[in-house]
Amino acid sequence: MTQLLRLDGLNRAFGERQALKDVTFDVAPGRLTGFVGANGAGKTTTMRIILGVLAADSGTITWGGTPLTRDQRQRFGYMPEERGLYPKMTVRDQLTYLGRLHGLTAGAVARNISGLLDRLGIGERADEQLEKLSLGNQQRAQIAAALVHEPELLVLDEPFSGLDPIAVDTVVAVLREQTARGVPVLFSSHQLDVVERLCDDLVIIGDGAILAAGRSDQLRAAYALPRYEIRVDGDAGWLRDQPGVTVIDLDGPRAVFDLDSGGDDQSVLRAALARGPVRAFAPVAPSLAEIFREVAR
Amino acid sequence: MTTFDAVRLVAAREIRVKLRDKAFIWSTVIFLLIAVAATVLPAVFGGGASSVAAVSGPTAAALADAGLDVRTVADDAAAERLVRDGDVDAAVVAGPRVLAMDDAPSDVVEALSAQPPIELLDPNAVDQTLAFLIPYAFAFVFFITSLTFGLQIAQSVTEEKQTRVVEILVATIPVRALLAGKVIGGAILAFGQIALIAVVGTVGARLGDAPDNVLSLLGPAIGWFIPFFVLGFVMMAALWAAVGALVNRQEDIAGASMPMQLAMMVPFFAVIALQDNPVAMTILSYVPLSSPTAMPARLFAGETAGWEPVLSLGILAVAAVAMVFVGARIYEGSLLRTNGRTKLATAWRDREAARLAG
Repeated sequence: MTQLLRLDGLNRAFGERQALKDVTFDVAPGRLTGFVGANGAGKTTTMRIILGVLAADSGTITWGGTPLTRDQRQRFGYMPEERGLYPKMTVRDQLTYLGRLHGLTAGAVARNISGLLDRLGIGERADEQLEKLSLGNQQRAQIAAALVHEPELLVLDEPFSGLDPIAVDTVVAVLREQTARGVPVLFSSHQLDVVERLCDDLVIIGDGAILAAGRSDQLRAAYALPRYEIRVDGDAGWLRDQPGVTVIDLDGPRAVFDLDSGGDDQSVLRAALARGPVRAFAPVAPSLAEIFREVAR
Repeated sequence: MTTFDAVRLVAAREIRVKLRDKAFIWSTVIFLLIAVAATVLPAVFGGGASSVAAVSGPTAAALADAGLDVRTVADDAAAERLVRDGDVDAAVVAGPRVLAMDDAPSDVVEALSAQPPIELLDPNAVDQTLAFLIPYAFAFVFFITSLTFGLQIAQSVTEEKQTRVVEILVATIPVRALLAGKVIGGAILAFGQIALIAVVGTVGARLGDAPDNVLSLLGPAIGWFIPFFVLGFVMMAALWAAVGALVNRQEDIAGASMPMQLAMMVPFFAVIALQDNPVAMTILSYVPLSSPTAMPARLFAGETAGWEPVLSLGILAVAAVAMVFVGARIYEGSLLRTNGRTKLATAWRDREAARLAG
């Protein structure tokens, strides 16, 4: 049964340093939630607390509305930041071992492994020792280790680091399968472009505190600047003389501009139409990198 | 899934990995060969009555009565020729004199000697050689097994830390289940290896015509050795696991385990060096680190009162419980610290695991 995971007011200190301050956010069923923040912002600490590897000083985690228990955690899938499996065991043997530790029967594990390894593109490597695999394939085996027991929640710490673009696409496809089953997926990443392309929900953490959290389209709207892009047939240089307009970028017929507060986008459009055809006119949504810089300021 | 299931799975993996390890298989094979060699070979090479040449007569009859392989010859010159040709071990010629190349066979000499009558007052008393060897055997088995399998447990713990797989494991099963599985897996391997060697050794002793009373005398001592061994092994294994958790790299185990190696070696050499000193042996048979070897040795020598092994075993059990507690706390406190070697005090103070459990 997949559920909503809710973190509510988590605090954690390491000695004098307050690593997490009142961390609160949701990871919703069937949605990919991206978890971004600078190094040392608290991503790994938060994930470790979800998985029960670290204890929170205060705060609660609920799963489907009731406090999270060890039995429920055992059905979660986790890919830690620091990767590692048994180098001398074959891929199949260690996936079997981990699947059994997660409570699966031997038969169920065997069924899951072959399908999973095929989808990850390492089906032929199943009976090789892990250390004989290339680094990229070891990474895929690591992802398989988080998925082998058909987890009810997935927590992945930097799942894309060290992957080539093709492997990134493979992993994304596998994660999409998980959300399609209704599994909540939380993953952290430094690669903001990947997060931007992928995630349905976004959580931004800075210095141990949640800076922003919510649906990524809503966050983009919330952090949207009054910025527009226009493309006309002639030269767009006249925009510089338009009242209330600050031109950010001008390249012949194409321009990006900000409107002053109280400025009216429709009057700019009318002015453009008065000078000739307008081929494009649209608000510019902020990139994740821009939102990140904005909230982390 | 229960904690018990988790322990079972961890122990099963430890055993399976080890049974596929070539180094482990070969060391077991070599131990078995030694056991066979020690029990069967003396009978093969030392066995058989001497062959002796003699002129037909009362001497030849006496030699044949003594069970020797007698070759009857025409005269003394023929007997001597057989000895020189190496066809027989010795010859008895007129005199009677015994002829041999470089060593007179004692059974030939005995057959010709008049022996005083012998009456054994304590026929089951322990043979001097055995009395000397048995404490060695107990000390050696306990020392070698605890050291090699202890080291393997430490290596297995460090491997999980070094490869970082430990974080996945700790996120899945309780830390104590992981520790218990490792100790139990190591213990089953150790006991299995010893049992195999013991079976092969016993069969070898039967085949090699060892005196019957050795096995019956050894029985009670071995019977006591087993619980001592199990408790002593588990006590040390928990500490070995803690040592493995303190370090981050296989190369550091040797340095970090120095105190452990000393704690094993000192009792080992003490039991061997002091085995003739009854006071020292009595003390050693109560000290938890040496009692697994000293007490069975004293039992074998028949020096103990009935309550002594029970008391000693009780002391060892208390020590084992305490050491398992200490080992578990250090293990829990250092397992997830992957930044270099963890200090003992840091590991001891770390209460993360207790907070998670609570």
